[in-house]
Amino acid sequence: MKRAHAINAGSAVAPEAQVARLTLEKTPSISVRDITVAYGNGHIAVQNATFELGAGTICALVGVNGSGKSTLFKSIMGFVAPLRGEVLISGLPVGAALKRNMVAYVPQSEDVDWNFPVLVQDVVTMGRYGHMGFLRIASREDRRKVDEALERVGMAAYRTRQIGELSGGQKKRVFLARALAQESPIILLDEPFTGIDVKTEGAIIDLMGELRNAGHLMLVSTHNLGSVPDFCDAVVLINRTIVAAGPTATTFTQANLEKAFGGVLRHFKLEGPDLHEDEDQRSVTVLTDDERPVVFYGERRDPRAAARGKKDGPR
Amino acid sequence: MSELLAPFEYGYMVKAIWVSGLVGATCAFLSAYLMLKGWSLMGDALAHSIVPGVAAAYILKVPFAAGAFFAGFIAAIGMWFVRQNTKLREDAIIGIVFTSFFAAGLLMVSINPTSVNVQSIVLGNILGISDEDAFQVVVIAGVSLAILLLIWKDLMVIFFDESHARSVGLNPTAFKILFFTLLSACTVAALQTVGACLVIAMVVTPGATAYLLTDRFGRLLALSVAIGGLTSVVGAYLSFFLDGATGGVIVCLQTLLFFAAFVFAPKHGVLAGRRKSMPEASAP
Repeated sequence: MKRAHAINAGSAVAPEAQVARLTLEKTPSISVRDITVAYGNGHIAVQNATFELGAGTICALVGVNGSGKSTLFKSIMGFVAPLRGEVLISGLPVGAALKRNMVAYVPQSEDVDWNFPVLVQDVVTMGRYGHMGFLRIASREDRRKVDEALERVGMAAYRTRQIGELSGGQKKRVFLARALAQESPIILLDEPFTGIDVKTEGAIIDLMGELRNAGHLMLVSTHNLGSVPDFCDAVVLINRTIVAAGPTATTFTQANLEKAFGGVLRHFKLEGPDLHEDEDQRSVTVLTDDERPVVFYGERRDPRAAARGKKDGPR
Repeated sequence: MSELLAPFEYGYMVKAIWVSGLVGATCAFLSAYLMLKGWSLMGDALAHSIVPGVAAAYILKVPFAAGAFFAGFIAAIGMWFVRQNTKLREDAIIGIVFTSFFAAGLLMVSINPTSVNVQSIVLGNILGISDEDAFQVVVIAGVSLAILLLIWKDLMVIFFDESHARSVGLNPTAFKILFFTLLSACTVAALQTVGACLVIAMVVTPGATAYLLTDRFGRLLALSVAIGGLTSVVGAYLSFFLDGATGGVIVCLQTLLFFAAFVFAPKHGVLAGRRKSMPEASAP
């Protein structure tokens, strides 16, 4: 448990955040329509999942390990074909959307082979492959975009390092730079906050905010429950099927989280003499899976009460 | 001086030298990918699995490449089938399938001793290769090399990060099938030069050596191809004087280079590692 984060839903859903938009080739959207995904051995990983996401959104994908988060990512990337239902990306089938460079993917650190003989700049250049010709020869434009992306994440000084020589936070920045260079309207981020320092986490969140304001759609799988209300406009809670999906303020509630996580969350409730010395009836609930906990104030979760609670702070 | 040029006076030596070089270079290209994925033993498995195909091809008097391909295909299907239906680990499955095929191949050859020489399959026989076979080998290696030169960057992305490869519109499965087709084709070609037992060295050692010398994939490929090609050319040339098996000479040369890189590589060698840890060790 690193530090407790209070619910602060009000600011995250500000509609003015969606105003300034880049002219994106196609308005990004992800539409998951009643998909059921089963693996070869008959195991059904996701059942009847449905949700819609639109432009200018940062959406958290939250659920326990094995709840179908990665299966959902795989369906959006076309690695697995759903048994039933369909996934549409900006109205296109997945394959067609990927051919048009619509989706960028930032992998989990443990999925990357850090001993692979590539330099930082080589990885970021890979982001441009979809823009290059058959032989993947970088144009001046491609090289400029790579430089820009490296500058933007503050990794320009490390461009000739082999990727395994970087710290956890720097590694993450490299793959973010690759997604930036790719210029896809949709970005999938798989556990971007695992194994990084607080400074990098802040930088990533800031960067995602800028991208959101430019009209991008980001889907972020995370265990970091505490930060979700700070930077996500929308939440998809998954447990084999979609438990709840919608704006953070109305969806990221104690009741929904308990439904999504079942008994897996550690649950601390402080009330009465543990919390107050007066007759105050309110209580503090701390929910955590394995990273940063989320804290709810009061019997019912009410965003306004939560915001107030944060100001007052528990003793 | 004229003694050193002696091998070039014999047509079969000249043929052996340049065919070996081409095969060595192509196998080395593939080795750069194989060793990065931990699939090195796959090459070994394939090389042994195609032996019965080659034997059958000689007995039936069809092109050896056709027989080899057929056997390799059956072996791959066999491995896939066993994996789908048991919980055995990959190394056990590969081990069982390729030794079975190899044994079947040896059996076939020993029952029909006149049609094909065991030694030429197991140890290779580039010096005695027929023009027909040499032509097959050159076509296989040449076409493979040309395809690899066109798609090396796409393969690199797929081997490095399949999700990203998909996100830029590549189809990893199609490329992997192509890669393994090329690998089987080149093992067939290498079988002729160094024999079934040493093919594994051709598709592992040059890549592994180059890996110690650079951190960039493009350079790794170039170094690997240079190492594979040169050792094969020099090995075939030297085997004239040593009167030894060409395959043995080529692979020994590759091993020598690997050892040199292992010790002296500027960044990843043993000595460089020592130098790096020295100042830290002497610091108070």
